[in-house]
Formats: sequence, C-alpha cells, structure tokens
Amino acid sequence: MKPYRLYFEFIKGLWKENPVFFQLLGMCPTLAVTTTAINGFSMGLAVIFVLMCSGIVISAIRTFVPSEVRIPAFVVIIASFVTIVDLVFKAQIPEVSKALGPYVPLIVVNCIILGRMEAFVSKNPLPASIADTLGMGLGFTLALVILGSIREFFGSGSVFGFQILGEYFRPWVIMVLPPGAFLTLGVLIGFINKFSRQRA
Amino acid sequence: MKKSHHMILTLTLIGVISSGALVGVYTYTYPAIEANRQKALEEAIFQVLPGAERYETIIKDEKKIYQGIDSAGNIVGYAFVGEAPGYQGIIKLMIGVEPEFKKTFAIQVLESVETPGLGQKIDEPGFRQQFHGLHITPYVELVKREPVAPNQIQAITGATISSETVVSIVNSTINKVRELLEGSGLAI
Repeated sequence: MKPYRLYFEFIKGLWKENPVFFQLLGMCPTLAVTTTAINGFSMGLAVIFVLMCSGIVISAIRTFVPSEVRIPAFVVIIASFVTIVDLVFKAQIPEVSKALGPYVPLIVVNCIILGRMEAFVSKNPLPASIADTLGMGLGFTLALVILGSIREFFGSGSVFGFQILGEYFRPWVIMVLPPGAFLTLGVLIGFINKFSRQRA
Repeated sequence: MKKSHHMILTLTLIGVISSGALVGVYTYTYPAIEANRQKALEEAIFQVLPGAERYETIIKDEKKIYQGIDSAGNIVGYAFVGEAPGYQGIIKLMIGVEPEFKKTFAIQVLESVETPGLGQKIDEPGFRQQFHGLHITPYVELVKREPVAPNQIQAITGATISSETVVSIVNSTINKVRELLEGSGLAI
C-alpha cells in the first residue's frame, strides 16, 4: 500500500466525504447529543473508538467470515465494543455518561459504523481500514463539535463550558431543544452546499 | 469443511470471544460504577441534611430512609428519595426533613429530563431555595404568585407540570416516610 493512498483514505472522511455533512449518516446522535460542545466531543470520541476497534478486528478476520453471516458477525463485534465504551464511560466519566444517556448504547445501530464496515473495511486490508475508520471518526467528531459549539453558544452563551456571553445575554432556549438541532444542521448544510462544489 | 459448518463455527467463535471480553471489562469496571453511584447518593444526602457527619440507613417496607447524625450523636434529620413522572420523564428527588417532620431542610434533584430553560429550572437554586425551612404541615401547597404562607411554593412560570410534580413528590414521600417511621415506633 503506497503512503499517499493511505493519506487519501484518511483525509476523505474529514471533509470531502464527511459522514455528517456530506453522507448525512448517523443523524440520530448528531441531532440528539449536540446540546453542548463537550457532549458532541465525547460522543465523537466514543464513535472513533468503536469505529477503529471494529475496523481493526473486522479487517483482520474478513477473509475468514463467510459473506452469508457477515452482518450478524459485524453487529456482534460492534455491539461488544459499544458495551465496553459504555461501561468505561460509566466508570470513568459518570457526568458525561449521564449527559449522553441512551445514545452511547445506541452507537450499535449508528449507520456510520456498519456502513464503513460494509463499504470499506470488509474489502480492504488492515492499514487502509485503520486510515479510513480514523478519518471517518474524526470527521464525525468534527461535525459534532461544530454543531455542539454553535448550539451551546446561542443556547447557553458558552463554548466548551467557558462563558463567553455575559449576563446581558438571554439564552435562546430553542437552540438546546430538538428544533435547534434541526435548524443548526439545516443552515450549516445549506451554507456548505452554497460554498462548496460538491453537494450533500 | 461444509459451508454451514463454517458459518456456525464463525458466529460461535465471535460470540464466545465477545462475551469473554465483555465479562472481563464488566468485572473490571463494576466496582468503579458502583462507587460512583454510592458517591452521588451520599453527596445528595449530606447536601439535604446540614450538620450531618454520618448517616445510618433504615429500611422499612423496602423504603430506604437515611438518618443523619451529627458529631455529638444527635439525629439532625431524615433524608429519603422520592420519584414520580414529570413532564418528560421520571423526576427523582432527595428530600431532607427535620427530625420533628415540621420543616424541610432542602431538596436535591437526582434525575430529571425536563425541558431545558423551563421545567429544568426545578434544579436551579432559585426554585430549590424555596425548600429551605419550608413548613410541611399540613402539606406543601403550590401557588402561582408570591408565597404568603410558610408552606407555599411558587411554581415556575411556564413549567406548571414540573413544579406540581416536585411538590407532589415532596408531599407524598414525606407522608409515606412519616407513616413508616411512626409505625415502627421511632420517635418523631
């Protein structure tokens, strides 16, 4: 595998094929957990971990798994890593775990993960799979942090918990409610479509 | 090897290895998860029972009542958990009352998923402060305007259901615990 190809597999997930902005995958956690930047960031980290671990395991065993049972095999592997993340979050960062609520266990059904396994990892060797899953995971995290920062800024006057707007600012409560998620994502993708040559 | 055997073998192997890994992680993280839960509970108990140095757990009819004790060994009050469905999900409170069951010390919100900016204000100091020294006889009453009696709580504007739920949890849990303690012959 030539290094430039690995670089290409890695970089495409960050922006050009960003899972949230261009593939519109994984909308459920994207809309639900981005009430603050830190929640989006933690969710992104959890997804990177699950994506990469599943990617490594599945790429390594891909020739051994018969294609008839590949989906159940992938789902069991993904679900195991998700449960590990959930338990570790509960043990190490209980506040974040409480804020993310049921969305950590729900990573199991996040279509980004099964999508990458099906579309890329199950057909590619280990190095390329690591580059692809890391890129996609970082792209997902980037999108969630952008969305979370915007919603936290308008909804609470802070970003990553640092108060930016003073007492004079009356928070736009709607931004931390579900409609704020749809509004922010819609406007963001609208702008991206306007100023980018490719379309979501 | 036949195709079906290969399929069965693959899935069995993946299942066994995954379960093994999960058992390992669970055993490793369980003590920390349990410690976090216990710590959150203890913090809430000491927050609603000012002056308490330690507490003892009384279990009556499966209801846990935490008896706060100060450094001199006196009972400073009782704390207990109460819950009921609010506007969007279960509201779970820790309630602290004086040993005579005349006034509350404070309440803490353990769990709630009310609307941010409206119902979630039940967890803000402005609302919770009303429970400092609130009279609970004959019962706690929810009012829309400025409270005039010592047993009244002012509802949060735009969040009547959340406010009502908090007050009804306080009333019903206090009554239940009072009955349990009286029935067991403990001095109140």
